[in-house]
Amino acid sequence: MSDAVRMGPISAEAPLGSPPGPPPGPPSVPDFSIVPRVGVAVAGAIIVLLIVSIAGNWLWALDFFHVAGGGLWTGIDLFVGLAIGPIIGRMSVPARIEFSTRFMPKMLVIMPTLVIVTLAAGYQLARHLGFLAPNSPNHGLLVASYIVVGVMTVIALGLLEPANLAVLFELKKERPNGERISKLMRIFVLTAGVTGLMQVATLVIMTRLATS
Amino acid sequence: MTAVMENADLTDELTLPPIGEMGIAALILVVAAGIYLTAQTNHHPNLVPAVGALTLAGVVVAVAVVMLARIGKFAWGKFRMVFGWALLEYAVIAGMLVYVFVLDHVPSATLAVLIAALVLFAVDIPMMFGFAVARYQPVLPKE
Repeated sequence: MSDAVRMGPISAEAPLGSPPGPPPGPPSVPDFSIVPRVGVAVAGAIIVLLIVSIAGNWLWALDFFHVAGGGLWTGIDLFVGLAIGPIIGRMSVPARIEFSTRFMPKMLVIMPTLVIVTLAAGYQLARHLGFLAPNSPNHGLLVASYIVVGVMTVIALGLLEPANLAVLFELKKERPNGERISKLMRIFVLTAGVTGLMQVATLVIMTRLATS
Repeated sequence: MTAVMENADLTDELTLPPIGEMGIAALILVVAAGIYLTAQTNHHPNLVPAVGALTLAGVVVAVAVVMLARIGKFAWGKFRMVFGWALLEYAVIAGMLVYVFVLDHVPSATLAVLIAALVLFAVDIPMMFGFAVARYQPVLPKE
């Protein structure tokens, strides 16, 4: 679901002040796989474990999946948006392309897996802990978390993931269109603020739930 | 293939219908219905708001599909490839969520509406993904 792959624009020409790159001409794109097969196998194994945990009502495993998955989801989202993104924005065009071709396919597998694991385990955990009941004192916080996740879902699936895929397919071309990639990448920058805010809200809601 | 040649056969973006925007609108409606229902899964909620939102989402998706099908020059091969794989992925996710709801003994009427929401979810998203990729791909002669 949420893919916080936020990067600086890859333009056909390096911006002023950027590190010196190779002579002008189309940047070379290393060969890469849009969807890494090993990653899909690992994700599949994790989802099978999650289903077994849900079917067996293993409270510890559900807690583990929710806390570990949610922590990684929020951590990766914020780290990529606040630390990695600005670094990539200052890299040379060939370096950005090389990084993107190695990084973005992995994010295409990692983020949806983390999201489904976190949400499914979280829902089951909430049921076991009685938070789903409308008379639970934590029900309001739970609904607030649904809304936050809903906003992130719309941004991730409606804006980020389509742009991510379009960029990867563009990079697969023999001569990628730098201007188009730059335009698509702008979506990541434009949505970074909202996603960051939602992730901080998630942290507040979850820590409130855990200590109430 | 030169850059000029590779981009020469792209679908004319000016003539493309707003499939992405329509997909997002449908997604917002599905997510809103999902939030409304999952906030009350242990009870028997008034289903009218959720059914209304999902009906509207269904209409938006149906219109988007019709508009998509009427595009003449389009990279249909790439669209089908991305749509197919994404459909598989989101069908698995939707199936897993249905399994959770069934396991939790969600009331049947609520469950039926939730399944309808997940079906729309599993069709709308692959359509957006396929369109986002195919719109920038060269159109092959057979397409």
